[in-house]
Amino acid sequence: MIDSYLRPAKIDHALAALADRRRVIVAGGTDFYPQRVGKPLTGAVLDITALQELKGICEDRDVYRIGALTTWTDVIHAPLPAWFDGLKLAGREVGGVQVQNAGTVGGNICNASPAADGTPNLLALDAVVELRSARHTRTLPLAEFVTGNRRTNRKPDELVTAILVPKPPDRACSTFLKLGPRKYLVISIVMVAAVLATSDDGSVTHARFAVGACSAVAQRLPALESELLGRQAGPALAALVEARHLSPLSPIDDIRATARYRHDAALILVRRAVGTLSRHA
Amino acid sequence: MHEVTFELNGAPVSLAASPIRRLADVLREDLRLPGTKVGCNAGDCGACTVLLDGEQVCACMVPLGQVAGRRVLTVEGLASHGELNPLQRAFHHHGAAQCGICTPGMLMAATELLRRHPRPTLDQVMDRLGGVLCRCTGYQKIVEAVLSVAHGHELSPAPPAGAAVGARLPKVDGVAKLTGTEIYGADYVPEDSLWLRVVRSPHARARLTIGDLAPLYQRFPGLVRTLAASDIPGSNRFGAYPDVKDQPVLAEREVRYRGEAVLALVGDAQSVYAITDDDIPIEWHVLEPVTGIDAALAASAPAVQTDKPDNILVRGRLRKGDADAAIGATTYVAQGTWQTGFVEHAYIELEAGYARRVGDRLEIGVTTQAPYMNQHETARTLGLEPTQVRIIPTACGGGFGGKLDLSVQPLVGLAAWLLDRPVGAVYTRPESMACTTKRHPARITARAACDAEGCLTAFKFHADFDTGAYASWGPTVTDRVPLHCTGPYFVPHIMATTTAVLTNAPPAGAFRGFGVPQAAIAHEALMDMLAEQLDLDPLEFRLKNAIQRGQTTPSGQALAASVGVRQCLQALRIRWRDWRAAAERSNRSTSTTVRRGVGIGCIWYGCGTTSMPNPSAMAVGIAADGTVTLYSGAVDIGQGANTVLIQICADALGIEAMRMRYVMGDTDRTADAGKTSATRQTFVSGKAAELAGADLRRQILRMTNAAAVARIEIGDGIIHVRDDERDHVIDLTALPELPQGDVLRGVGSFDPPTTGLDQDGQGTPYATYAFGAQIAAVEVDTELGTVKVLRMVAAHDVGKAINPTQVEGQTQGGIAQGLGYALMEDYVPGRTENLHDYLIPTFGDMPEIETLIIEDPEPLGPYGAKGVAEPTLIPTPAAILGAIYHATGVRIHQLPATPDRVRAAILARASLRAASSE
Repeated sequence: MIDSYLRPAKIDHALAALADRRRVIVAGGTDFYPQRVGKPLTGAVLDITALQELKGICEDRDVYRIGALTTWTDVIHAPLPAWFDGLKLAGREVGGVQVQNAGTVGGNICNASPAADGTPNLLALDAVVELRSARHTRTLPLAEFVTGNRRTNRKPDELVTAILVPKPPDRACSTFLKLGPRKYLVISIVMVAAVLATSDDGSVTHARFAVGACSAVAQRLPALESELLGRQAGPALAALVEARHLSPLSPIDDIRATARYRHDAALILVRRAVGTLSRHA
Repeated sequence: MHEVTFELNGAPVSLAASPIRRLADVLREDLRLPGTKVGCNAGDCGACTVLLDGEQVCACMVPLGQVAGRRVLTVEGLASHGELNPLQRAFHHHGAAQCGICTPGMLMAATELLRRHPRPTLDQVMDRLGGVLCRCTGYQKIVEAVLSVAHGHELSPAPPAGAAVGARLPKVDGVAKLTGTEIYGADYVPEDSLWLRVVRSPHARARLTIGDLAPLYQRFPGLVRTLAASDIPGSNRFGAYPDVKDQPVLAEREVRYRGEAVLALVGDAQSVYAITDDDIPIEWHVLEPVTGIDAALAASAPAVQTDKPDNILVRGRLRKGDADAAIGATTYVAQGTWQTGFVEHAYIELEAGYARRVGDRLEIGVTTQAPYMNQHETARTLGLEPTQVRIIPTACGGGFGGKLDLSVQPLVGLAAWLLDRPVGAVYTRPESMACTTKRHPARITARAACDAEGCLTAFKFHADFDTGAYASWGPTVTDRVPLHCTGPYFVPHIMATTTAVLTNAPPAGAFRGFGVPQAAIAHEALMDMLAEQLDLDPLEFRLKNAIQRGQTTPSGQALAASVGVRQCLQALRIRWRDWRAAAERSNRSTSTTVRRGVGIGCIWYGCGTTSMPNPSAMAVGIAADGTVTLYSGAVDIGQGANTVLIQICADALGIEAMRMRYVMGDTDRTADAGKTSATRQTFVSGKAAELAGADLRRQILRMTNAAAVARIEIGDGIIHVRDDERDHVIDLTALPELPQGDVLRGVGSFDPPTTGLDQDGQGTPYATYAFGAQIAAVEVDTELGTVKVLRMVAAHDVGKAINPTQVEGQTQGGIAQGLGYALMEDYVPGRTENLHDYLIPTFGDMPEIETLIIEDPEPLGPYGAKGVAEPTLIPTPAAILGAIYHATGVRIHQLPATPDRVRAAILARASLRAASSE
């Protein structure tokens, strides 16, 4: 049985508890419990849900700060600029409403599933992860934080406290496309997040793409991003997306789809995302 | 342990418990509120949905510690003073609860929705309820119920005496399902019970040696007893057929599938779950498993069961006329090969039950579809007389065939017998999925021929079925499929063969349709192909060949009555033409990326078991106080048997249906009404209920010498029998009590007239057949291969709809399962043992469904009724695949038609066309 359960209200207490011994961190519980079906609940738990300062989204000068305990429902309902539309769309796809009400943005990136719904958008937003321990605070780009299938760079005594999203150009807009074999409660076959901004003359000034569920960690598409820079937004833009732009992906065959299908579908979805955003731009 | 205080359903509660425990467990176990159901413990099914500070959450993923100081609302908090709230009333009125296991979760999600949006849109209903899975209803009636709340709903008046048949009577067990008071398998385990956990094989094929278990008792003092094969006092082998007992209760020296039971641990709940599989000294000698039909039939294949060296469990065969000659005589021949995979029942209620010893008898409360079979099988394994075992079925949270076989019964029974303590067990979701039966994977090769006028002349069919490691209901599939393999058409020349192949997979058993859904995919594709060859409309081609009264079936049975397939097709004709034309218009006018299509599936299904005695007996009694009780051995698994049987019996007796109580399935208090399967309860048990009601009515009229048309009114301790002339009175309190406890009792029994089959499969295997046809309109994204079913309409000949709401519910639910089968369901042992990798349809996957009830009365059935349950699933995959073909020109030959398979087929067709145009 659980030999220690702590639910501190102050972050210093939480960090001290992590410094003291190895603990499983529980927030929304939406990964903790499913991993223990039919198994005893053992070990030491740090329940961080009483840490009020980790909740909610606030705007600073250059960044939006998403507290690690911000739930997907919080994200969906927050008044946010258009470049967060993709993240909101992803939030609506995280499990059912029950999971959106409990599951947190911090938990989603820490669980580090290849199919994590939040990761592609946050990657496309150049998000940075803030980690605190009793000794220090550090930040790490999300792309460096998630190192593999269910692996991150978080040290056992560290707590992810926030995700920092730098502001893209003012006119940036975003979208998210998720492909799965059913409507609700579905783990992606492929998902695509895209952020695009254009200048007054309609040329692309900012392009970010990330594809999830097609590699152990969601991947940005840098070749495509530079290809689109300076191009004129419009119906022709989507046609510039080519298979070679997907080279960072390494999809696998699994129960949900074949690798080949994933690759083809990713291409289609990236094109569709470009098409959608270049109409908005 | 922490002291945790919170508000529960409006009142403060405080309890000491571990703060990491799941809120769902604390509600159910510590606070004794079993209305919150646990279907997966993983957030995949939403059955445990409660409101936490007004927001819906899965109670299985909320640590108790997070609830401190907050408000929790459960299903028990919805009704006040015994009055259903408006949402519950709407569910009751619309028939939105079938088995009821998902209902608490649905109600809580809908409660949250309606507080936010008192007049919700359809999309809002779907989005906010989309996190709860239902396996019975197809969701449509739930959506209708939630949408209707804004308009207010009063229940329609109860039908008067004699008018229950045909009425939309709300379920007689509906209120319990809506208030969280219904007791399912996991909801009642006696206090002071021990807990049982089954240790299962992680390997598909292995030899095993169980080591010394004594150290386990030292490490885990709460462990009371372990059970191994050598502890089974009776026969360690069980099986569905009297002559095929091949499945061990606990593995002996070898396991034959992943999930096979090896050992049972009995003790306090905490201890049996604290003992991990790694703690148990089992030495495994892992062997290469036999996977799939080809591997099993290879000459070098090891025998899955030693006495079946060729891995063939059983074969089926039917021959009528000379199929080869008839095929040779025409140029119009269509053929193909189709493949399907394992399908999981995925009922939301997990297998669960308890046993306790009462003197020299055992009492077993369990979720089941077959109490009397359970009684006999459990007694055999425990070395007891059947009369020593009493099965008390709980409410069943979905069965679909998967709860016909034994689950916890023999193990909790044995433990309770040996220890003289009550013992309970509940499977986990991964355990349930790994160890219980599945739908048979099939590989079908079939050929159909017709003449130049489009009249079918011949049919050749062979199907291999992967029956897994043990027989279960495999022989039913090989017997039933040849009889149905042509579909509901008249075909003079037929050759059909089937084989059930043993492999190291989970036992494939009974699942809504017993192999006929697999066969329907083939026969319906062949009908489409032949129609195309002759340039005939697919519906008109079917109509031309639809079997009619007086014609003979493949088994040579001349159909005497109730052959409604033509009416079904005719009822669909206008929509068929309109929808096909609309799809073709849409495809001409819009981009080539998204294409629409409309397809049709047409089926028939023999009601009752195949060529075997199939009796039901029913009793109805009146107690001295005037209570009228139907004693029904037929288990309601959510389909509504309790309600339908009461409607039938009440009309036969001539009293208001709402006056009648019922006892369901208790083997001490009912007579054997057979198992709830084979679409037989309305037809067979319904007839027995009618006869029992009529018998009791006859007795009452005789006692009062009243006219046959007299009205019977039952009051407290008294019966008034009124005819034109007199008011006769029976003083019930003055009558002697019968041994069963009532003072008056009527009985009825019915065994549908069937015969055995000869070597060519000729005979009368069923007394009546249900018919149906469905059309589906789909949209295919040809770039992604995704298929969205937009609309469906289903016409089913049910003889007589005893309860139209329930017929619609069966239809919508069957279509949901058929849609899942067609598009997403694929059980892979070891890979999809949960409800997020094994996908069943959600709210957002279901089309709008229109149900057309066709009533071609069956003279043998109660008030003309036959059955409807299984037939509603069978045509759906064929209709969807036909629609995909209409939309894209590709025929899908392997289920499920997942996006990658559909896309691959579209690409293959494109490259074939490119090659042929070069």
